[in-house]
Amino acid sequence: MADPLLDIRNLKVAFRTDDGLVRAVDGVSLSLYEGETLGIVGESGSGKSVTMMSVMRLITDPNAQFDGEVIYKGTNLMGMSQDQIRSIRGAGISMIFQDPMTSLNPVYKVGWQIEEQIREHEHVSRPAARDRAVELLTAVGIPNARERADAYPHQFSGGMRQRVMIAMAVSCNPDVLIADEPTTALDVTIQAQILSLIKKLKQDFGTAVVLITHDMGVVADMADRIAVMYAGRIIEQGTQRELFYDPQHPYTWGLLGSIARLDRPRPRRLTAIPGLPPSLMQLPVGCAFGERCAHRFERCRETPLLLDRAGPGHLDACHLSAQQKQDVRDRTIHPELVEERP
Amino acid sequence: MTDGAVELALLEEGPAVAKGDVLLRADHLKKYFPIKSGILIQREVARVHAVDDVSFELRAGETLGLVGESGCGKSTLARCIARLYDITSGSLEFEGTDISKYSRRQLRAVRRDLQMIFQDPYASLNPRKRVGAIISDPLRIHRAGSRDQIRRRILELLELVGLSAEHINRYPHEFSGGQRQRIGVARALALKPKLVIADEPVSALDVSIRAQVINLLDDLQDELGLTYIFIAHDLGVVRHVSDRIAVMYLGKIVEISPAEELYQRPVHPYTEALLSAVPVPDPDLSASRQRLVLEGDVPSPIDPPSGCRFHPRCRYATQVCKAAEPPLVQHGSLGHLAACHHPLSLQTQVGAWATVPVSAETPLSETATT
Amino acid sequence: MLTFIIRRTLWTVVVMFVITVVVFFIFFKTPGVDPARALAGRNPSPQTLAEVRAQLGLNRPLLVQYGLMMKRIFITRNLVSYSDQGQLVIPEIFAAAPATLSLVFGAAIIWIVMAIVMGVAAARLRGRIYDPILMILALIGLSAPVFWIGQVANLITQGGLHNSVFSWVPPLGYTSFTVSPLHWFTGLVFPWITLSILYIGFYARVLRANLLEIQTEDYVRTARAKGLSERRVLLRHTLRTSMITFVSLFGLDFGALVGGGAILTEVVFGIHGVGFLTWQALQNLDLPTIMAVVIYGAFFIVLMNALVDIAYAWLDPRVRPA
Repeated sequence: MADPLLDIRNLKVAFRTDDGLVRAVDGVSLSLYEGETLGIVGESGSGKSVTMMSVMRLITDPNAQFDGEVIYKGTNLMGMSQDQIRSIRGAGISMIFQDPMTSLNPVYKVGWQIEEQIREHEHVSRPAARDRAVELLTAVGIPNARERADAYPHQFSGGMRQRVMIAMAVSCNPDVLIADEPTTALDVTIQAQILSLIKKLKQDFGTAVVLITHDMGVVADMADRIAVMYAGRIIEQGTQRELFYDPQHPYTWGLLGSIARLDRPRPRRLTAIPGLPPSLMQLPVGCAFGERCAHRFERCRETPLLLDRAGPGHLDACHLSAQQKQDVRDRTIHPELVEERP
Repeated sequence: MTDGAVELALLEEGPAVAKGDVLLRADHLKKYFPIKSGILIQREVARVHAVDDVSFELRAGETLGLVGESGCGKSTLARCIARLYDITSGSLEFEGTDISKYSRRQLRAVRRDLQMIFQDPYASLNPRKRVGAIISDPLRIHRAGSRDQIRRRILELLELVGLSAEHINRYPHEFSGGQRQRIGVARALALKPKLVIADEPVSALDVSIRAQVINLLDDLQDELGLTYIFIAHDLGVVRHVSDRIAVMYLGKIVEISPAEELYQRPVHPYTEALLSAVPVPDPDLSASRQRLVLEGDVPSPIDPPSGCRFHPRCRYATQVCKAAEPPLVQHGSLGHLAACHHPLSLQTQVGAWATVPVSAETPLSETATT
Repeated sequence: MLTFIIRRTLWTVVVMFVITVVVFFIFFKTPGVDPARALAGRNPSPQTLAEVRAQLGLNRPLLVQYGLMMKRIFITRNLVSYSDQGQLVIPEIFAAAPATLSLVFGAAIIWIVMAIVMGVAAARLRGRIYDPILMILALIGLSAPVFWIGQVANLITQGGLHNSVFSWVPPLGYTSFTVSPLHWFTGLVFPWITLSILYIGFYARVLRANLLEIQTEDYVRTARAKGLSERRVLLRHTLRTSMITFVSLFGLDFGALVGGGAILTEVVFGIHGVGFLTWQALQNLDLPTIMAVVIYGAFFIVLMNALVDIAYAWLDPRVRPA
């Protein structure tokens, strides 16, 4: 495979607080290749957003500590000055966020907000930037884009605002688009619209996408490769098919089993993962998922490394042997099957 | 309940509604919010048709799911049923009595039997009160027993929702989202209600915690014989918990049906589109499935479209849909009602779920092509 | 927009009516207040008192008195002061207004510029030592009494140093701009500074807090993610939205000051403006002047309120009538 477009190497992010050090991201390594969609799945507090916000160097908290490297086009983003990183933000790598209702500045017209980004990165005249903005708005499916460019964000619905955010994000033809829960705040029919828009733009522009989400259904629809995060670490990583049809980590099984799915017979009970995620201030010794795992054994007191136990490129951080995993996992992922057994 | 359960004098069961009897009946229920404007004196210039002519029955012991997108009126309907809102017109019978015009005082007695669980476990619990006080508030308001009895009841409730006795003196901020929702459930159950209205009870929770709370609500229904109205925008969750499901669009019920049947054989094009939009956590199925992407946004409930409210976004719409409002009538099997001029027949269905059970004999890893 | 203006105007009339009624009746219902006694000299005979009363119209029913006073203020414009017979109240206020306006306008410019500079600097330098230093300075300004600062300024400029460093400062009092622009300016420099110090402190602190709050908004994060410079993010995105709060505060304070609220500064520096007039009227229990000043002040406050609302709509598209 060619060199990755974006290479995160052993990234660590911690926040100093009065109660101690919160290890939000604890040694994450990820590669993103040209044209692919990488899904990062995890629950709140798993570190998925913090990881990508750190890549963009958008964490301004003075109590944050960073370690590790993020290589983009041969340069380490973590070592860049503010001016250098600015030339990459919005141009080489751009980002859209969860809540389209609050992500646009309420006092400026949407067209102006797109123009502002174009003119920050390219030397073009205002009318030229305006034409580009209108073109982009049309491309993301805003009807009467020329007039609508003069409207304010509050005059748009949530779905339309997310379209504006996307138009803005792709305005400078970025290599990488980071989408942080882009549809979580939207209704399901609007979510379908936005996801198909991201797919289309990805095809048209060849942009690589990092899709952060908690919804396994969204990554099943969108992602080429998937990384699952838990308590600041990646616990499993592989292709979309590997993750869905041959998952290796008990937490991944739990995620799959706890979804109330429409495509399967209704189980009497969902497989709930017992307990709560651990405090990021005091991670348990060994496997961070250990305390909630039904298959825990002595070795889990050693921290499992993220290794390709199940095949090249399919990494997981679980001590169970491949055979043990095959034996136990289906009953977790498919609660409806377990109940049918006599 | 359990052997040691405290019988609170005031909490004796009233004239019991047997399982299967009609517990709640809404008839032509309407809730309009006025929009006012004017110089000095405010005149009503328009109305938000939040709930517009909704009728349904709810039987004791069943779970009715309410689904629909934001702005469809599902939360307003829930608040009307709980009588947190005044009802504009129509009747609402609870245990055979019309409570739609009840005053605040009259409602107090009803509220004991009719409780709500809210979406946001962070916002719906008073941050300055201890858990014990939060749960016992309804008991104290209704003067249900002595201090000692109330305390025993709190401990009982905590155990019921999977919290421990030591939690009684803690504050809400010391709990995680899932635990807070358990506190909300305990508070709702304090007075042994007959009907619990859960408004998006798991939407703010993480996936793994969501399953815990859904299972808890399931168990409680079995144990206590509760009747639920369960509101959610997650169609998977609604299908999992509901016996029957009502789909709402712009203030109206467009389809109501036994749960499985709705998913297998939707009749209304909106239901079809809604189901089709749900992403499936199965890449192969996701790729092979034909998805209907509904164009545009939900129109404004201030000035809803004429005729069938869904017609501007409906791919089957014709002139008649613009002109006449379709009545909610039976389609197919008993209890399956839909309001559509062009109901979907089995042939035209694209979005329905072909529920292909995975055979128990073939482990997944063998079917997987890695 | 038209209904908005009409509604505003109608409300203004109602508010001003209520204010005048309240002031009027408080005045007459306060024990020990008798304008006739104050005018009639020491130990007046009952006849003299009755004569003065009749002359002032105080023997008529309160409602009639109120009506007459309103008529003399708004229609005939010939309301006469109690304490200084023959002095027409309304021209007196109009004569005093330019001094107050000069004082308040100048001070407002200083306090807006300084508060923005300090607030923005403190917010920008948060986490460094400059931020607390600036905020402590602001707190000192906020807590220093105006009359004390004024007296100290006078002591320095009119006292020991008057013949050397501060020889350019004219004696206390107000010189009209039309008489001598130079004296107008030099005479107002210290009153401006004195009046603005309090407001600089207050506004700088409010602005800093507001800026820090807005910096956590999602759209500010979006602005950074677009690759904008910190400077542009601060000025075009954060400060621009902060102005919504800033302007509404400013409108109210400015209105109150123009309406006679700068009493202390005017008195300390001997500027015969509306505040000075109010001070004199209060000392003499001169109801006609008090009433006229109150109406004049209320008018400015209500006017500024309306201007704030218009500015609001201009600053925040969300509140613009569709």
